[in-house]
Amino acid sequence: MSRRLAQGGLINRARPLRFVVDGQEYTGFEGDTLASAMLGAGVQRVGDSIRHGRPRGIFGARWEEPNAMVRLLAPLREPMVPATVVDLVDGLEAVTLSGRGVLAPSPRDRRDAVHAHAETLVIGAGQAGLAAAERAAGAGQRVILVDDRATPGGAIPSPDAADRVAALAGREHVTVLPRTAVIGLYDDGYAIAIERRDTGHAGAEVRRVWRIRAASIVIATGTIDRPYAFDNNDLPGIMLLGAAHEYLARAAVLVADAPVISTAHDGSYETVDALARAGARLPAVVDARDEVSSDARSVCDRHSIPLKLGTVITSAHGDRRVEAVSTSDGDRLPCDGVLLSAARAPQAALASHVGIPLAYERAVAALVPDGETDRVRVIGSAAGEGLPEAAELWCAPDAEHAYVDLSRDSTVADIDVALDAGLRSVEHIKRFTTIGTGPDQGRTSGLLAAGIVAERLGRPVGDVGVPRSRPPVIPVSFADLAGRRTGDLADPVRRTALHSRHVERGAIFEDVGQWKRPRYFPRGGEAMGEAVRRECIAARTDVAMMDASTLGIIEVTGPDAGPFLDRMYTNRLSTLGIGRVRYTMMCGLDGMVTDDGTVMCIDDEHFRVSTTTGGAAAVLDAMELWLQTEWPELRVHLTSTTDHWATIALVGPRSRDVLQTLTPDTDLSAAAFEFMRWRRAQVAGIDAVVSRVSFSGELAFEIHVPWWAAARVWDALAEHDVTPYGTETMHVLRAEKGFVIVGQDTDGTVTPIDLGYGWIVSNKKGDFIGKRSLARPDTRRPDRPQLVGLLTEPPALLDEGAALVDADGSLLGHVTSSYDSAAVGRPIALALVRGGHARMGATVTAPTDGVSCRIVDPVFYDPEGRRRDG
Amino acid sequence: MLLIECPWCGPRDEIEFVCGGQAGVSYPPDPFALDDDEWGHYLFVRDNPAGPLAEQWCHTAGCRSWFIVERDTLTQHVLATRKLPEAGEEL
Repeated sequence: MSRRLAQGGLINRARPLRFVVDGQEYTGFEGDTLASAMLGAGVQRVGDSIRHGRPRGIFGARWEEPNAMVRLLAPLREPMVPATVVDLVDGLEAVTLSGRGVLAPSPRDRRDAVHAHAETLVIGAGQAGLAAAERAAGAGQRVILVDDRATPGGAIPSPDAADRVAALAGREHVTVLPRTAVIGLYDDGYAIAIERRDTGHAGAEVRRVWRIRAASIVIATGTIDRPYAFDNNDLPGIMLLGAAHEYLARAAVLVADAPVISTAHDGSYETVDALARAGARLPAVVDARDEVSSDARSVCDRHSIPLKLGTVITSAHGDRRVEAVSTSDGDRLPCDGVLLSAARAPQAALASHVGIPLAYERAVAALVPDGETDRVRVIGSAAGEGLPEAAELWCAPDAEHAYVDLSRDSTVADIDVALDAGLRSVEHIKRFTTIGTGPDQGRTSGLLAAGIVAERLGRPVGDVGVPRSRPPVIPVSFADLAGRRTGDLADPVRRTALHSRHVERGAIFEDVGQWKRPRYFPRGGEAMGEAVRRECIAARTDVAMMDASTLGIIEVTGPDAGPFLDRMYTNRLSTLGIGRVRYTMMCGLDGMVTDDGTVMCIDDEHFRVSTTTGGAAAVLDAMELWLQTEWPELRVHLTSTTDHWATIALVGPRSRDVLQTLTPDTDLSAAAFEFMRWRRAQVAGIDAVVSRVSFSGELAFEIHVPWWAAARVWDALAEHDVTPYGTETMHVLRAEKGFVIVGQDTDGTVTPIDLGYGWIVSNKKGDFIGKRSLARPDTRRPDRPQLVGLLTEPPALLDEGAALVDADGSLLGHVTSSYDSAAVGRPIALALVRGGHARMGATVTAPTDGVSCRIVDPVFYDPEGRRRDG
Repeated sequence: MLLIECPWCGPRDEIEFVCGGQAGVSYPPDPFALDDDEWGHYLFVRDNPAGPLAEQWCHTAGCRSWFIVERDTLTQHVLATRKLPEAGEEL
């Protein structure tokens, strides 16, 4: 049984800490991990195994731990973490996990992130890492030294480790980060690390993500021990030898009074000596080799420990914990623990993230990093320096119920099934057996599985390969990575200058890209359908207004602005003339519609282009691309002014009367201010640009004012009993007129001709983007999906996205827009239908709704356009 | 996270940029002089080497300039970056 020693270790016996595991209270000390505190209190057993429900005990000392998963309840709540990496704090509460973990409730503890830069990042504060950090700091470099443990020095700290790190931390430009795990290395010296601050900084952030860019990265992550497989090798009390040494050295915990030690290399005998000096009575050391060094033999002689050479453990015995082992020489040894080290295993998974291969070296029976990159190198024992020579020891003879991956409950028998099924690649066997896919990332099972496969196939281990490690090397919670970017901070929110007015009016908002746009303005408990119907009727019969400020606006200026727009857009814009506005479309090189909007000619060298709300950034990018890469000779400047302007669309038969009241100095009559013209005017005392464009078919004005004046104009309009409306009503009004929404009625595979917008494609002007593609055979096919209107018979509201089939059940297309229309007096829909333009009057079926539809012209309302002048 | 040297702004994180695909695929002087196959080739076919490739990238979250990035698609190393040629210069 494990127990705490009276002396030794790095724990502070003056600071006892109470903690609770599975409802039972225990006492540990400052400097303990939860695992060392449990072992110190005699608790070895943890939750049962995930699939087979077998009893398990603490097996490792850090992230290699496959068994001791706990859920933390206090002070920090964590759904699943190995007890071996949890620093003990007073009042800590945990439950051991059996089977599968349970997600935590939404995290309440604060997390944050730091971006850091350094000449040298050193990962690991053991002997090698400390020396590297001291060297780099001595050369005047900015150094970041991260170490996963709470205190430096590696598994078995040297006496001076703490002082050396304190000296380093005192230097300018040196950052020392204990309790910090690097989870992955990425391109160009980029590393991500997670600092666990819950113990050292109560009340502040519990986790901090470090995003580090370093000119040079030094991996000094040391080694762990590799076990081997024998029957019942999962019993509690069986543990890695190095872990036992770490518990002894750091926590003064003896993990067993009478452990059998099994090894295949000389490196284990230092630990044998340490355990024996600490009072363990070792029944035997079982060494697979026929010869050991004289030093090793003298350790056993000194402590009178029987040394069994050329021997391995074949089976462990015990009820709920190990009580004896059988050995290959036919012996049976009573014991209360088994400590394993078949070989030392360099922990160099981070190196493989940046492409440094891990090569199998037969002499040390381990994977050793082979080479370095221009930024990353591995040093110390992680690089294979000083590894003891080891015999290849993978699996005891005739083992059957021998575990390879404790975390996944995968056995030697599972590997045999995979091999019998014909699998040979270790990557395939990994997926078949799930070996190496647990939260411990195969630290103790990956190479072991490869060794067993190689042995079974009679091939060298180097030939069968090992599974490649990928980030993250430790389990990472989404909450840690998200940091503060949750809730309102998850994504930037863009609000228009009129947002507070919409909130006061009780608007229901929808997200359009990052914008918050009012969807509708319910009154007195109206449902959306009722509100939209009322808003639509106001726009068609009275007057209504919408905040259109989210539309992208780009100022295109310079002597070549006009010719430039001719090349970017489908119709001719250079000849527009001052004071005019034109609707236009943009295509990609493939001829497919990418955006639409209006262009105002401000003067000969200044055009103001509007884009869709969602397309503003992409349109600007596309314009920059062509200007900079293909047409650098054009003298054009682009400026995004979306945020500078507020735009109010004033719509309805009464819109002219209302606006005229607020614009006494300008004649707004149809004769004086024609459709598709713009002019400057004073609206409610504000200098404004007013244009006569209409996205509804009604008489309408667009009022552009500087953003700071938006509320004043909106309020002045509101005093005239103008009904505010949102995006939903805007969608209905435009659909009634057959106007498309790019991105809703188009999907990147639709040309202007497919939409029935052939009139917007100029054949007279020169080349424009997409023109040649509109002459490709595929874009001229008569059976392309084309935009049509749909009237259901009997009237019914179709689902947007609903499939449409012909009488034979062949797929013809889908519904792109569908609304109940007050103006038309029935539901209407737009659809993309194969060869739709030639199918006017035909009937199609929406099978999901079981509804017949007649294909009609997409203009449902006022096809003669008589309403636009009021 | 690549570190990309914008020729105007200096080394910046990859997230500040967008990649615009292979560089040096020039717009044909007269697209209508190409037959459908040739035009389709210009539209859709790009080099896909396992090794160095010249790409055009835009510093969208910075100066908005397009420039050339020489990137090794095998090692993911940025080999060089440079400004676009001025009007009349060769790429």
